Order: sequence, then structure tokens, then C-alpha cells
Amino acid sequence: MTVKANNNYEQDMVGDGLHSLQKVIESHREEEKSVWKYILIGVCVLFLTVMLVIPLAVVIINALKDGWTAYKEAVVDRYTLKALQLTLVVTVLTVLVNTIFGVCASVLLSKFYFWGRQILAALIDIPFSVSPVIAGLLFILTFGNKGWMGGFLQQHNIKIVFAAPGIVLATMFVTFPFVFRELFPVMNAQGKDEEEAAALMRAGGFMIFRKITFPHIKWALLYGIILCTARAMGEFGAVSVVSGHLRGKTNTLPLHVEILYNEFHSTEAFAVSSILVILAVALLILRSFVEWKRK
Amino acid sequence: MEKKMMEETAAYVEMKHINKTFDGFQASRDVSFGVEKGRLASLLGPSGSGKTTILRMIAGLDRPDSGDIFINGARVNDIPGSKREIGFVFQNYALFRYMTVADNIAFGLKVQKKGKAEIKERVEELLELISMEDLKKRYPHQLSGGQRQRVAFARALAPNPQILLLDEPFAAIDAKVRRELRAWLREMIRRVGITSVFVTHDQEEAMEVADTVIVINQGQIEQMGTPEEICGQPQTEFVRAFFDIKRDLWHKK
Repeated sequence: MTVKANNNYEQDMVGDGLHSLQKVIESHREEEKSVWKYILIGVCVLFLTVMLVIPLAVVIINALKDGWTAYKEAVVDRYTLKALQLTLVVTVLTVLVNTIFGVCASVLLSKFYFWGRQILAALIDIPFSVSPVIAGLLFILTFGNKGWMGGFLQQHNIKIVFAAPGIVLATMFVTFPFVFRELFPVMNAQGKDEEEAAALMRAGGFMIFRKITFPHIKWALLYGIILCTARAMGEFGAVSVVSGHLRGKTNTLPLHVEILYNEFHSTEAFAVSSILVILAVALLILRSFVEWKRK
Repeated sequence: MEKKMMEETAAYVEMKHINKTFDGFQASRDVSFGVEKGRLASLLGPSGSGKTTILRMIAGLDRPDSGDIFINGARVNDIPGSKREIGFVFQNYALFRYMTVADNIAFGLKVQKKGKAEIKERVEELLELISMEDLKKRYPHQLSGGQRQRVAFARALAPNPQILLLDEPFAAIDAKVRRELRAWLREMIRRVGITSVFVTHDQEEAMEVADTVIVINQGQIEQMGTPEEICGQPQTEFVRAFFDIKRDLWHKK
């Protein structure tokens, strides 16, 4: 016991010496670091100004170019409202399904061990690496009239491609990794001890999830849902391929913006864009709040 | 026949010829031992020797590849851990971090749908046992290592288990308070009178706390006996070497 104590004492002495030396070095580094800090701040601010702030400002300015009345007219236009409605419906459905999938997949991959675990985790990341246009084409090839299931769908009079269901599917495909990607690392880090402890006390699976897993993941889950919502609302590529661009029927907001812009209604296009911008900013604020709460 | 019966009733927890392999690594080789009712046994061995695996198999958290586990004379291999009436103290205590001390202790009782008054009474009783009545509204992260261990102990005991299993109960605790807690834990287990098995890599700890010490190396039992027997008559080279290290330390002092 005494031997151990002596060792500790010696270590402490050495530790203190090193510590003060480190402080001297650190203060030198501190100055160097602050120079770098300002250079890096400059680079980031410049980049974000060019890439983000100016374009967003341009959208708002152009939207209001012809005055408030023109803006209002563009926004309350029948087709715009239809597009907004479709976007919201698609987003809600997508987020709902992807949340359920994301939670199930995270629980499976973080709490259970089985062959093919890694492969499954890699599969879930595919939408991040596949171009959304290809995602759209996949659904055309699967559910389109000449596609793999086309005959069956026509016989039963089910419309998927060039209709709302196709848009929902394409959006879901593009956004399904978001919830999983946020949840999985958090659940993995939590480990299985608490769950095992609860299970030994006869708690059932749902009870364990509700009382032990969920309180741990709730902020990550909300964060994932917000990211997924933002992405789902703005999805263009995949939706563009499967939508068919039927005005008032299969046009989402991003598609509607494109049509307006191509028809030289630039004020209207910017006005409709501003709806998406406002929704995005609202989500951003919510996101920051959640991030702050998580800490 | 009669003799066999006696044997079976004598050991409350019994492992018979247990083998277990993880991904080609043999964690248990023909492990057999018994722990009598109300006794405190220690599984002692270096890290990676397979002692925690044995504990997890008793608890039903892992399944043996072959061999039988008996609790109170009944084979429990196919009975899930939750039905084996086991209290488990995890190495890092695994306290429910989003629940207060009182809620942690009450969890097992709530799961069993016990009445509110009964739960409250039992929780108070255990808080008193671990002398933490004042801290019952705290969360685990607001407690010291020793306090966490006491809560984990109380939580494991709350549903009145028949067996208490402890995985390295002192590993996460400051060397200074470890001794104190050791004495405390031994005293508590004696007072409750529960059959207990605890895992440790510290010879001194095993010697001081346990009635029976089971020395394990590379998944095999090297020697089994009272602390005096193990220390006085080491039967294998490994046991002798394992304890010599300790003796050398003492001599240096």
C-alpha cells in the first residue's frame, strides 16, 4: 500500500513539472493559434458569404423586386399552393416512415450482433453516394409502365410513377439515412450495459426502449428528423425524374420553382423560392435550438 | 443416491463442464464449480482469463456452448436470465443515467408491478441500508464512484434476488476508498445473507472478501479453495506465481 502511495507522489511531482513547462509552451502557441484562428475565420466567412449569404439575399431581393403585391400574388397562386400542399404531404409521409426505419435500424445495428451487420450498415449509406437522378430512374425502371412491375401495376390500376406515390418513394429513398446516421453513433456509444441491467430485472423490450434507450437518444432523434425534413422538402433531382411535372398535380415546390423560372416568370420563381428559404431558415433555427439543448 | 442428493442441495449455484468460445477464442474450458447457499465466492484471474464470461453465463447474458448450469438444483441453461432471480452489479455499474437514485432502485420493483406503497417502503429500506437517504433525488452523474457502487448494489438487491453477481465491483473506484468499500460490501452481503459471486483481478481483494476463491487462467480453473488454502498451498505454478507478485510487493515495503 505504502509503495503504491509513494509512486503516486513521485508521479505527481513529475506531473506538475511537466505541467508548468507545458503551460509556457502553450502560451507561445496561443499567439500563433490566434493568428490562425482569424485567418480561418476569414476563409470561412468569405466562403459562406459567396456561397450562401449573397444567393439567399438575392432570392429575397428578387422576390420583392416587383413589390409586395406581386410577391403575395405569386405566393397565393393556385398552383403554388397546390405545390406547397404536395410538398408538405410528401415531407410528412417521408419523415414518418424514415423515422420509424431509422430507429429500427439503429436499434438493430447497435444492440444486436449478427452476420452481415457491417454490410447492412453500408447499404443504408447508399443514398448518400448515389445521385438523386439515378434514384429517380431506379423507381421508373421498377414501377414505370415498361418497368419490372409495370404490367402488374397497370392491371390493378395502381399509379406510382408520375404520381404522388412515386414522389414519396423517391424522396424517401434520398432521405432515409438521415435519422439512422444521427441515431446510430449515439446508441452505439451508449453500450448495452444499462439495457442488460434492465432486462435482468425482467423489463420487456418496449419498456427498455421507453425508459432507457429513448431518453438517451431523444435529442439526436429530433435532430435527425429535422435534417430529414429539410432535405425532403427541398429534394429536386429524384422527384423531378418520377414526377412527370403535371402542374397542380405532381409538382412539388422545387419543381414549381423550376417551371416558373424556365417560363421567364423570374419574380414568381424567386417568390416561391422564398417560401422554401423561409421554411429552411425556420428548420435551421429549430436545429440550432436542438443542438444547444443536446449539450 | 442419497449422497448425490446431498451434493446437489449443497451447491446453490453450480457450473458443470462449461465450455464457451467467442469467435475462435476459448473463454471457458471445462469449468466446474459450486457455490453454497449464502456463501461469497470470488472468481480471481488476470484480465482476459474468462472470469467475466463465467459470471455472464450464470446471469444468462451469455450461453455456454456445452455444459450445464444449475441454480438451486434446477438446470437453468434454457431459462432466460430475467427468470433466474439474479441481481447483477455491472463493472461500470450501468446505472440508469436518466433516473434518480430512488428511481434506479425502484426500477426492478416497478417492472414487477408492485404496489406503490410497497415500492416506496422497499426503496427507503435499501436507501437506509446503503446510507444514502439524503441523496435519493440525485442522478448518477452527480455521485462519486463509491456512491454509484452502493446504488448499483441496492438496485440489484431491490427485487429480492436469490443470487448476487458482481463484475469487478471495485475496478472503477479510487484506490484510497477501495479498502473501505470492500469491508462495507462484505459486511452488507453477510448481513443480507445472499449467495454471491464476484469477479476480480486483485488477489488482495479476493482474499479479503471471499469465503471461496476460484483462481482462473486462460478459461480454466487453476485452483479452488478458501483464501488460506490458496495462499498457503498453491497447487499450480500459475497460482504460485500469481501470489508471489503480491508477496514481493509486500516484502519491498
